[in-house]
Amino acid sequence: MPVTRILDANEATARVAFKTHEVIAIYPITPASAMGEHADAWAARGDVNLWGDVPRVVEMQSEGGAAGAVHGALQAGALTTTFTASQGLLLMLPNLYKIAGELTPMVLHVAARSVATHALSIFGDHSDVYACRQAGLGMLCSNSPQEAQDLALVAQVATLNSRIPFVHFFDGFRTSHELSPVTLLDDADIHALMPMDGVFAHRARALTPDRPVIRGTAQNPDVFFQARESANGFYDACPGLVEAAMDAFAARTGRRYRLFEYVGHPEAERVVIMMGSGSGAAEETVEHLAAAGERVGLIKVRLFRPFSLKHLLAALPETARRVAVLDRTKEPGGAGEPLYQDVLTALYEGDRQDVRVVGGRYGLSSKAFTPAMVKGVFDALEAERPKNHFTVGIVDDVTHTSLPWDPDFRVEPDEVVRAVFYGLGSDGTVGANKNSIKIIGEEAGLHAQGYFVYDSKKSGAMTVSHLRFGPNPIRSTYLIEQAGFVACHQWSFLDRVDVLEVAAPGATFLIDSPHGPDAVWDHLPREVQAAIVDKHLDLWVIDASTVAREAGLGRRINTVMQTCFFALSGVLPKDDAIARIKEKARATFGKKGPEVVRVNLEAIDAALDHLHRVEVPGEVSATRGRPPLVAAEAPDFVQKVTAVMLAGKGDLLPVSAFPPDGTWPVSTSRWEKRGIAPEIPSWDADLCIQCNKCALICPHAAIRTKVYPEEGLADAPAGFQSMPFKGKPFQGWKYTVQVAPEDCTGCNLCVQFCPAKDKRNPRHKAIDMVPLAPVLEQEVANFDHFLALPEAPLADIPDNVKGSQLRQPLFEFSGACAGCGETPYVKLLTQLFGDRALIANATGCSSIYGGNLPTTPYCTNDDGRGPAWSNSLFEDNAEFGLGFRLAVDALTSEARRLVGQLVPEIGVSLAEALLGAEMGDDAAIAAQRLRVEDLRRQLGQVSITDARRLEQIADYLVKKSVWIVGGDGWAYDIGYGGLDHVLASDADVNILVLDTEVYSNTGGQQSKATPMGAVAKFAADGKGLAKKDLGLLAMMHDHVYVARVAIGAKDAQTYKAFVEAEAWPGPSIILAYSPCIAHGYDLRFGAEQQRLAVDTGYWPLYRFDPRRVAEGQPPLTLDSKAPGERLDAFMRNETRFRMLAQRDPARAKMLGAQAQTDVTRRFEMLLRLARPEEA
Amino acid sequence: MVDLSTTWMGLELESPFIAGASPLSDDVDTVKRLADAGAAAVVTQSLFEEQLTVDQMALYQHTEGHADAHREALTYFPDYEDAGLGPEAYLKHIEALKGAVDIPVIGSLNGTTPGGWVRYAKQMVEAGADGLELNVYYVATDASESPAAVEQRYVDLVAGVRDVVTVPLAVKLSPFFSSLGHLAHRLKAAGADGLVMFNRFYQPDIDIEMLEVTPSLHLSTPDELLLRVRWLAALYGRCDLDLCCTGGVHGAEGAIKALMAGAQAVQMTSALLKHGVDYIGAVRDAVHGWLVEREYDSVSQMIGSMSLDRCPDPAAMERANYRRVLGVWHKF
Repeated sequence: MPVTRILDANEATARVAFKTHEVIAIYPITPASAMGEHADAWAARGDVNLWGDVPRVVEMQSEGGAAGAVHGALQAGALTTTFTASQGLLLMLPNLYKIAGELTPMVLHVAARSVATHALSIFGDHSDVYACRQAGLGMLCSNSPQEAQDLALVAQVATLNSRIPFVHFFDGFRTSHELSPVTLLDDADIHALMPMDGVFAHRARALTPDRPVIRGTAQNPDVFFQARESANGFYDACPGLVEAAMDAFAARTGRRYRLFEYVGHPEAERVVIMMGSGSGAAEETVEHLAAAGERVGLIKVRLFRPFSLKHLLAALPETARRVAVLDRTKEPGGAGEPLYQDVLTALYEGDRQDVRVVGGRYGLSSKAFTPAMVKGVFDALEAERPKNHFTVGIVDDVTHTSLPWDPDFRVEPDEVVRAVFYGLGSDGTVGANKNSIKIIGEEAGLHAQGYFVYDSKKSGAMTVSHLRFGPNPIRSTYLIEQAGFVACHQWSFLDRVDVLEVAAPGATFLIDSPHGPDAVWDHLPREVQAAIVDKHLDLWVIDASTVAREAGLGRRINTVMQTCFFALSGVLPKDDAIARIKEKARATFGKKGPEVVRVNLEAIDAALDHLHRVEVPGEVSATRGRPPLVAAEAPDFVQKVTAVMLAGKGDLLPVSAFPPDGTWPVSTSRWEKRGIAPEIPSWDADLCIQCNKCALICPHAAIRTKVYPEEGLADAPAGFQSMPFKGKPFQGWKYTVQVAPEDCTGCNLCVQFCPAKDKRNPRHKAIDMVPLAPVLEQEVANFDHFLALPEAPLADIPDNVKGSQLRQPLFEFSGACAGCGETPYVKLLTQLFGDRALIANATGCSSIYGGNLPTTPYCTNDDGRGPAWSNSLFEDNAEFGLGFRLAVDALTSEARRLVGQLVPEIGVSLAEALLGAEMGDDAAIAAQRLRVEDLRRQLGQVSITDARRLEQIADYLVKKSVWIVGGDGWAYDIGYGGLDHVLASDADVNILVLDTEVYSNTGGQQSKATPMGAVAKFAADGKGLAKKDLGLLAMMHDHVYVARVAIGAKDAQTYKAFVEAEAWPGPSIILAYSPCIAHGYDLRFGAEQQRLAVDTGYWPLYRFDPRRVAEGQPPLTLDSKAPGERLDAFMRNETRFRMLAQRDPARAKMLGAQAQTDVTRRFEMLLRLARPEEA
Repeated sequence: MVDLSTTWMGLELESPFIAGASPLSDDVDTVKRLADAGAAAVVTQSLFEEQLTVDQMALYQHTEGHADAHREALTYFPDYEDAGLGPEAYLKHIEALKGAVDIPVIGSLNGTTPGGWVRYAKQMVEAGADGLELNVYYVATDASESPAAVEQRYVDLVAGVRDVVTVPLAVKLSPFFSSLGHLAHRLKAAGADGLVMFNRFYQPDIDIEMLEVTPSLHLSTPDELLLRVRWLAALYGRCDLDLCCTGGVHGAEGAIKALMAGAQAVQMTSALLKHGVDYIGAVRDAVHGWLVEREYDSVSQMIGSMSLDRCPDPAAMERANYRRVLGVWHKF
């Protein structure tokens, strides 16, 4: 009896890949990372492949590296695979040509994702897989998790039989992350279908000195061409072999696949041809329309390469007259997208000129593709001359490509239960819903589907879960539009999001509400009340936050809300459902410990006791409406574009709303007031010692300090706090610490870091956390006033760490995690150099919180200056930043030359002053800017061409500061080659490595920065080797400024390092220790952990300054003391180390001892370098 | 040759010297060395229910707390289902100790919930523990809780554990009770076989610069012995429970005092951490020498010889310094 489990396509695919391979080379990339993670985890626990061996899973430094390793392992005879997406696939491309050219059986599994163009996007389309269609690979497309499992095996069989390497792909997120029932292939199925002859033949071709051959030769014009043509027969045979594999698969499993699969009216006149998950929506629509008598059909393309004209022609009904080919990509400048062109060719060559073919684009970057849009395409085909090269799903009001569609057209059957849940990222909603799907889909025998939408933020993010349940297979590959159950798991969302837009008439609406059933109505905004009344919704409330907290679950309300869903939705009989939830809780949490089970069971019981129906009044009574998402004074673009995106309605924006080249305005995060912190810091001026540490450590620039003349208090709101500034530069001025109440994430770092305690009651500090709601209005007014106060003159601000926090942060309110350890460094960078900085940012956390729309955190000062920021790729950031420097240097040189040439026009003294300026500090920079203003005034009087040229680039006469920023995944792994090259140059660039010691953005995979003994993905049994010493490697260049810093441990040293690095006229690199949620502890203690990291010698602080050599000093200055505490004092506080101690105490002990030895040895080595006389 | 053997809660011991609960028992080889050195029994380091609970919940919160929150990182850690979050590792260790040494292995348990005490006690016995030492660690800071209620906690947990195990059961107490004798009777009635006197708590220390509380645990000193001596003497023969001394035995003289006061056995911990595992044998030999020199036949001869019931001046034992002052004055 086949087993059915709820899986996403990543897991379903990885299961087959794991079973059928001996070597697996992996590298994380969204949305394919999970395939590698599964493979690594299974190997770590000793799972075996078909032949009883544990596959060798190796993490590489990049996708390019993974492809190289795959190529090598294939050549040496192992069955080898890898997983990737997007840029990762492009990095593999050179090897894919080789592997195909050598007719090497291989399956590469791809979660298809947009290739970054005008912007990065992690979402799904076919631009990546299309980019390798010419490499000679077979390409097989799956449209659902079930198909992904099945075709993973079909691809395996086909590659071994045909010798054509395959890309097996499915849509990123929509399929890779969709949960749905998968009838599993067991080992016997796989054994039965695997062509062992093909395996033996692959082995026989292995490179071995026992029977040597040579491959990888270089060929000349005389033979290359012919040799290239010699493989034709393999491609000719391939479609038939794929078909045979599908036939064998059907015979074994009963599941039938075809190269081109037709569904619809047998005498269809209008046919859509497409591939990928959108076929689900198209198939639903075709069935609906055909049942109504419309002669429409759909061809689902499974084998895209080799493209079999014969099979396509056979699949197309004779009656077909109009064909729309839909491509999930855009190839600007081409004659049409790839599938369209292939179909055109096929029909032309197949003498089907009777068919009019048009091509269109849909669904780029996971844009919704609904039955309404499919209907729009069929409707368009009815026109006498159907629009060609159309788009569907957007409104193109610029080049007018888009087709119209009726958004109210729906085809979903009534028997499907549809539920939508709005949750907070950290509240466990998605996890609970995944659990519910498993209960219903695996145990209760219903069909189920789950898809989850996440917003861009890493803190306070909203998740929207779309769940479907029904008696029949569910193919609705689009978001729910009409839900019978809507749950809002966070009260604050009611003021921010139209959660009831998806509610069907008569739906059940459940709210996690701090207000009870009698009071809740009066607290709802007018729009919500109106929707409840108009749609006759059945309203229920529960104070889930309180129930969860009292049960011991903290802020995780998942179990409570899941229980309520089952109690209300009627998917299963209530008692049966509750029993199943409890059983599932025991099974799910049992392995996480009996206490975890206990608190969850307690929460389930308590949930039912606290769930209340609300008597809904017949009419709207609210006096307040939902507040506007952005303030009225926000700029026009923010009002018209950003605010729409913030409302979750970005799909409605027309093409004309967007800049065509990816250039967006800065300073937009300030308009997004999220108010996600339940508690915010409150300042007690009586205790404050004005150290400014709160502002320094704040990851979000949400607590700030300012000095200002007393006049600043003249129009201050009542309740605005201030105190006399203590210090010389601003004697007689006032000082204020101010929180941005709606931008604070409530991480507590500032409170924990604040050193000023009340001597009578040390529990009270100069900064304490207080509940947000009672102080919100006051603090909003205070913050507005604070912002309006003038910034202190830069030239007068003291040159120290305290002074740094009197400077305006030009990086504010990012979407980084609460307590993020990276962002304080980025913020400091902008405070010190932001008004003249160019930042090249590697892909990763810092590019996501730095540049993910709708709003971005880099901003400008009152002069309109601020960091110019861009992200190129993950792997090329050092080179990208070097390019910045080269351009700046070129333009600066040109400007200086023009100044020289224009001396007669601008005068000798100004020219000499401009060219001779030192620009070593803020005063000098300000003076140079004044000279440039003067220059511009003078140039305005001159009419020659050179004057115009100089006018444009005159600002380059002011020193620019180039920063290259990224995480350890970039600096230690994928970008190391480029980093090393830039360090070996003499370019004046500053490299900031935000070292979290793990790939944070993709979910905690080990990098070469991961320390010994830490558990990470791809190092499930604890990393056995020491962290790569990037600092030491950089020092070996001699001419590079190198610093290792930890802002929470020794902020003055961090400050000094930033200033020195920027001043060093060659390359500099700062390795910045960055606490991260992937370390597994409450990040409010991030600064304390940094202190421990330094005190134990885990993270010694130093500065290597080549300037010191000229002074007769060793270039290295050691800024931390010899380890004073055992390393264990640091390690025991973090899950990454504790997990190993709990899982494998002996290995933890062994690695802990080695790490201790390593720490001691490394410190002694640094000591010898820094103070040879002491060593 | 003086007979050093004794019994402790029905366990036949070659001598009264037991290696008390400490990190020394975490390592099988060290326990072997302790046995070779002369330890007559070993008490494992406590299984702390609170630690297990906190570890489970912390791991759960730290790994799940950020799960499914961001689209690129649905989790941040590998699955930890195989992590030893329950008592399994501890129980395996008891099994390993039983396989490695012939002396009794007494499992020490510190529970926080009635269910926890009972569940883990049963599992420790199933793993092979020859006896249990219930390391009750309760600081009554709630001013609304009565002394009787506090005592009842102890009685209930002993009764609960006794319901599920038949092995010898000791209760390790603190000295902070109004009437230790009365409590001892109640514990006996609830099913206890012995008392271990006394527990030593972590004590909060104050960092006067940082204005922070820092928990601390220092090794015991010989000064702490006399409190034990008094209460051993006061309870010996009066509560039908076997008594064991722990805390302050740092040499032969201290051990002899504890035995004379009424201890059937003495546990050594701090002294072993300080001087090494072989020290237990050295003390045993020194006591033996002392007994030989004074022509004792057996150690049992002196057990309880200086208890309240037998010592020449019971009032001195009972009232200590104040009585002594009065006595001196009376003799004037």
